[in-house]
Amino acid sequence: MKSKKKTNQSEVSQADIQVIDGTNPLKASLDWMFNNKVMLLFAALSVGAVLVSGISMNFVVSNILTRFARNGFTVLSLLIPVLAGLGLNFSIVIGAMAAQVGIFFAIDWGTIGVPGMLVAFAIATPLAMLLGFGVGRLFNKMKGAEMIAGLIMAFFAEGFYQLFFLFLLGGVIPVKTPSNVLAGGVGIKNTIDLTGNLKYALDLVKLADLFLVAAVILLVVTAFKAVSSLKKKEAFPLKPAVFLFLSAVLYGVTFIPGVGDYFKTDRLPMISAIEIGGLITVLYCLFKLIVNWRRPAEGFKKTRYLVMILAAAVLYGLTYIPPVYDTIKSASLAVLPFGLIAGLCVFNRVFLSTRLGQNMRTAGQSQVIANASGIHVDRVRVIAMMISTVLASWGQLIYLQNLGTFGTYGAHTNVGLYAIAALLVGGASVQKATNKQAITGIILFHTLFVVAPDAANTLFNNAMLGEYFREGVSYGVIALALAMHAWQRKKKPALEVPE
Amino acid sequence: MSRMRLFMQRVGWPRVIIGLFFVLLVVASPLLGLKLTDVVSDVLRRWALFGILVLAMVPGVQSGIGLNFGVSLGIVAGLIGATTSIELAYRMGGPARPWTELGIAFLVAIPVALIFGWAYGHLLNRVKGSEMTVSTYVGFSAVAFSKIYWAVLPVKSGTLIFPYGGEGMRNTISLEGTYGGLLSDPDVTANQPGILKWMAFRIGGVSIPIGTILLFLFVCFLVWLFLRSKSGIALSAAGENELFTRSNAIKVDSKRLQGTILSTVLGAVGIIIYGQVYGFLQLYAAPLYMGFACVAAVLIGGATTRRATIVNVIIGTLLFQGILTTSLPVIQRLVPQGSRLSEVVRPIVSNGIILYALSKTKGGNQIEK
Amino acid sequence: MDGPPILSMKGISKEYFGNQVLKNVDLTVKPGEIHALVGENGAGKSTLMNILFGMPVIHTTGGFKGEVEIAGEKVSIANPHQAMEHGIGMVHQEFMLIPDFTITENIKVGREIGRPTLFSRIFGPAMDILDRQAMRRDARKALSRIGLNIEEYVKVAGLPIGFKQFVEIAREIDKTGIKLLVFDEPTAVLAETEADRLLEIMKMITDQGIAIIFITHRLDEVKAVADSLTILRDGELVERARTEDVSVTEIAGKMIGRKVERLVELSDTCRVCDMETTALELENFSVDMPGEQVKGMDVSIYKGEIFGFGGLAGQGKIGVINGLMGLYPAQGDAFVFGEKLQLDKLGDALFKGVAFVSEDRRGVGLLLNESIERNVIFSTMQIHNRFLRKLGPFKLLNRKQAKKHTLDMIELLDIRCTGPQQKTGSLSGGNQQKVCLARALSMEPEILVVAEPTRGIDIGAKKLVLEHLVKINEELGMTIIMISSELVELRSVCDRIAIVAEGKIEQILPPDASDVAFGLAMSGMSDSVALEGGQA
Repeated sequence: MKSKKKTNQSEVSQADIQVIDGTNPLKASLDWMFNNKVMLLFAALSVGAVLVSGISMNFVVSNILTRFARNGFTVLSLLIPVLAGLGLNFSIVIGAMAAQVGIFFAIDWGTIGVPGMLVAFAIATPLAMLLGFGVGRLFNKMKGAEMIAGLIMAFFAEGFYQLFFLFLLGGVIPVKTPSNVLAGGVGIKNTIDLTGNLKYALDLVKLADLFLVAAVILLVVTAFKAVSSLKKKEAFPLKPAVFLFLSAVLYGVTFIPGVGDYFKTDRLPMISAIEIGGLITVLYCLFKLIVNWRRPAEGFKKTRYLVMILAAAVLYGLTYIPPVYDTIKSASLAVLPFGLIAGLCVFNRVFLSTRLGQNMRTAGQSQVIANASGIHVDRVRVIAMMISTVLASWGQLIYLQNLGTFGTYGAHTNVGLYAIAALLVGGASVQKATNKQAITGIILFHTLFVVAPDAANTLFNNAMLGEYFREGVSYGVIALALAMHAWQRKKKPALEVPE
Repeated sequence: MSRMRLFMQRVGWPRVIIGLFFVLLVVASPLLGLKLTDVVSDVLRRWALFGILVLAMVPGVQSGIGLNFGVSLGIVAGLIGATTSIELAYRMGGPARPWTELGIAFLVAIPVALIFGWAYGHLLNRVKGSEMTVSTYVGFSAVAFSKIYWAVLPVKSGTLIFPYGGEGMRNTISLEGTYGGLLSDPDVTANQPGILKWMAFRIGGVSIPIGTILLFLFVCFLVWLFLRSKSGIALSAAGENELFTRSNAIKVDSKRLQGTILSTVLGAVGIIIYGQVYGFLQLYAAPLYMGFACVAAVLIGGATTRRATIVNVIIGTLLFQGILTTSLPVIQRLVPQGSRLSEVVRPIVSNGIILYALSKTKGGNQIEK
Repeated sequence: MDGPPILSMKGISKEYFGNQVLKNVDLTVKPGEIHALVGENGAGKSTLMNILFGMPVIHTTGGFKGEVEIAGEKVSIANPHQAMEHGIGMVHQEFMLIPDFTITENIKVGREIGRPTLFSRIFGPAMDILDRQAMRRDARKALSRIGLNIEEYVKVAGLPIGFKQFVEIAREIDKTGIKLLVFDEPTAVLAETEADRLLEIMKMITDQGIAIIFITHRLDEVKAVADSLTILRDGELVERARTEDVSVTEIAGKMIGRKVERLVELSDTCRVCDMETTALELENFSVDMPGEQVKGMDVSIYKGEIFGFGGLAGQGKIGVINGLMGLYPAQGDAFVFGEKLQLDKLGDALFKGVAFVSEDRRGVGLLLNESIERNVIFSTMQIHNRFLRKLGPFKLLNRKQAKKHTLDMIELLDIRCTGPQQKTGSLSGGNQQKVCLARALSMEPEILVVAEPTRGIDIGAKKLVLEHLVKINEELGMTIIMISSELVELRSVCDRIAIVAEGKIEQILPPDASDVAFGLAMSGMSDSVALEGGQA
């Protein structure tokens, strides 16, 4: 044995760890382009279609905003199953079906507006939890084939859904409003108009009301925490009290005549949204920079936050350019749906920092290691499916109230297809999906969706072609993503822990 | 008693239940006032309709690519062949020559299917472990894009063209007057010369599409021969044990490619025969879920995701299509609004079977994660 | 190192389905010492560790006899979690690391530190927020205890193997109350410098009071760091000693030594050999088979020999056959009767008169769902186009010929079955082996390569299989290459035996060479000992 000087520290030399080649910008950008080819393809197609069809950007932008508000929540509900290693949740449609059961009963019992939505929510959520539980259990029996099982499950559930709406309702299960029933006396009619009862129920919620709700929740939370920390003889919790104070202030502010009107709106003009968003971003980045100025936490990159401030400023500056201003001046965002989407994004992030989220992530990376570390893999997977199905049902509630019509037998048909395709277009994969990818994906996907028929009309005099094209592309994108995923798995065996 | 138990274990409870259910339906029909002869005729017709399409599952499963949900790719190839044949016949003018048109349909469809199958097979070779999910979406994409083809192709034939728009093909294309029913409909074959008259006949009120059935059995025989040949034996080995196969100097990827191409070609042939029996070609979205019907049928017949035999096909198609056919009128008699009920029960039954089969045979090799 | 032993296993016996794999074994480890556990494969080391860790495979096969004491207290360990609670950890050969996680996350996997939130009061600790600062602190501490200075937020994926192993170690010592760590062949995957660093780390760990059980076959490492060692052989305790009291040769000899019964008289060896003709020649032959790498092998095997390949598991002897079969990529040169093998052409050896019986008879050797007949004729049908009949474009199976041939084979090898149509999956292990042999013999090969010919076969049948191979060799003059982890088997029939260590041929020995010679060769030490003048 060679004699060696006894060392106490083993220094990691630069040679030991491979340095990623960041020195070649051309190669780096080509790599980036290759990795995001689907996204770029969609962007190119969309741009091309817009140019060809001559659609007004106004139309496109406002349409995209509407669709974003309508579909965003559902797409975001796909993230957690990916995290837990269940792949793309093709069973998302089951959650949509639960929502539709809820909506139906809400309408049937004559409830309207926000209370109506709450009724629908109260029915849909437990139903979705139950169904998600069932799907999760089934997936545990089919480890390794969750995606195809999810696909088939969706079709399977479709049969039961139709059974329920076509034969049980109105027959065995009584229906309160006879006008909803089909001519034969059994089964629900094909389309139910939501105007006057649930249409825009959520869209019309005012910002001011949201503040009130937020204030109430915070009051309860603070009270709860205060009581429990008094019991434990700890210090009074500072953070929630501060937030409570702030929200009370905000709510009070709405009573001031001039400012109040600004907040009593249910739709935030895009410009205001950009202003507010930019302001919040800048404040947040400044906060982070100040806190980390002296002793930066590791992993903290100053440049990242500086870039974010710059981007916000640039975006704000862009709105001053006339053509841009013209395009977006009439666009507005419905407050509650966008708020909910933002909330789900935050939830997705925060969830990752919980123990449950980390356990899911571990189980998703390697079931063997998770098991060996004492994580209850089966249970964690079932919970993931339950969460996803419930979120999908809420997403469908948002969708339907905005759409305004409830197509009893068809509203849910392509939910899975379009949501998953959108997620994949944004660059997500079977193993990894982030908020950013979901949002990018929705925007790109729905842009193409909106402009394709018009482009086809201009080019071929046949609007149907555009529809066929976007449908083919939706399926194609999923096939491509699945193929690429399987391909890459084969190429990376060296890095993976043998299972 | 234990022989019975062994039998049950091998066949599986669900299959026994389905078999008994089928018998029940057949028995119940005359009791509800339906003519037994009609019932039998319908069952035979549906059996002949799907036979070759379900047969397309066998080369795929045996070679190791699992259940070929993407057989719709082959179906699209077949439809391309059939529509091209009609268009050609129109352009050439003259009287209808049904057998020639049938022949041309095959002549065009098979090379197209070969090309499609080749590309598809290469894709499947790259995605080992995820074949079923990928094949499902490849099939869906194929059907979706085929819509563009149907809508855009500048066809002139009256049979093909949209009645009012004038451009692009219509949804349903009648094969009446050409090869529709030539091997399956006694009313059509009655006007045929010589032996062709006997391609379909009636006995005691039961209409027997003997021509199609014989053709189906013949194609089954060809596949059977293939599976007993040196190449076919190697193919089955590739699907059963990759390492074993490789250790015998056989390239597994080539065998999988072979299986995929065969499956696609059979899909093309199958849909043309399907059209012949049905009397119509259905374009656009119609083939979207046909793969699922084929998968369910072969699974009912006893196949698994790794092994499928010709007997599985023959029995499975008979059972699956038989139940779907007989249940409709029975339910109609029993329940008001019955017609839509059977449509609703269909996805429950067929997908339920697929789920059951998947949960039995999963685990182990195929990792989709 | 005073006080009661940290681990004391007394009188451990274990049997698997009638097969006694551990017989009254004792293992004692003092606190803070490095204790080596040495023995051939099959000696019982892994079973002993499985018992220590309470692995399910032990409990589901009838448990074990004997007592386990930790720090003087009797314990009963029912599952790996309990083992951890008693302070025992394991550094596996195949790392249990998640590549996409950071070092911190890997160190803390399953034991993350969290702060309670509002939701945790309702849903329990699952909804705690992770305290990443605290976790990073712990990770840094664990890393510094083994002298590592890596950023703990780096992802594990890009690290070199040595560092990955250190993260694995850090994870174990981060667990509170660790008293004993088991290292299972840790240096097997490491380069030399990394291995040296590992040994240093092991000493650092024991300096902090944690004892180590060091399972290895590298006797030089045992001499370098172990304080004491235990030698196991055939499930029995051979010796427990302080390392300074035994020499490498003594250890090697004790690992191997047992009685050998020759099936072929030593004087008769090579009676059918043709020393003029080289049946198989390997030049700088390498095979990339994970776990059984071959790194440049040179050997010449004569026609008519029974030539054996022996050595410990993972050293490469299995890689030889798999490389020749084409199952794993191979480089270098291989010549069959002078003809060069095209190593990149799948199965070229089969076309040149070589037949194989794989060591994995269920996974590679058989189509379990097919009949004996199908299995037996498969290879020769595909390679030589036998048992076929032409019908148009098809080459169809000739059932009659196939059946007759199979019946002949069944008789020849005495395969116990219900008939040629019985599915091979339902045969016993020994008969399955015979079917594999039948398939190889049906190829009428010039060279027969058999790997692990009697694995999983009961004692009575073992002898029969070996006798049969000898018979084939004598009657047909067939060259037989036998690869086996049972040295006794090789020594009982072979004319020459090559011992493979670290992917190369360490030595070619006659069957009657001394136990010590074999032992040293298997540890890869024959050269160094020779250099040091014989006695180390």
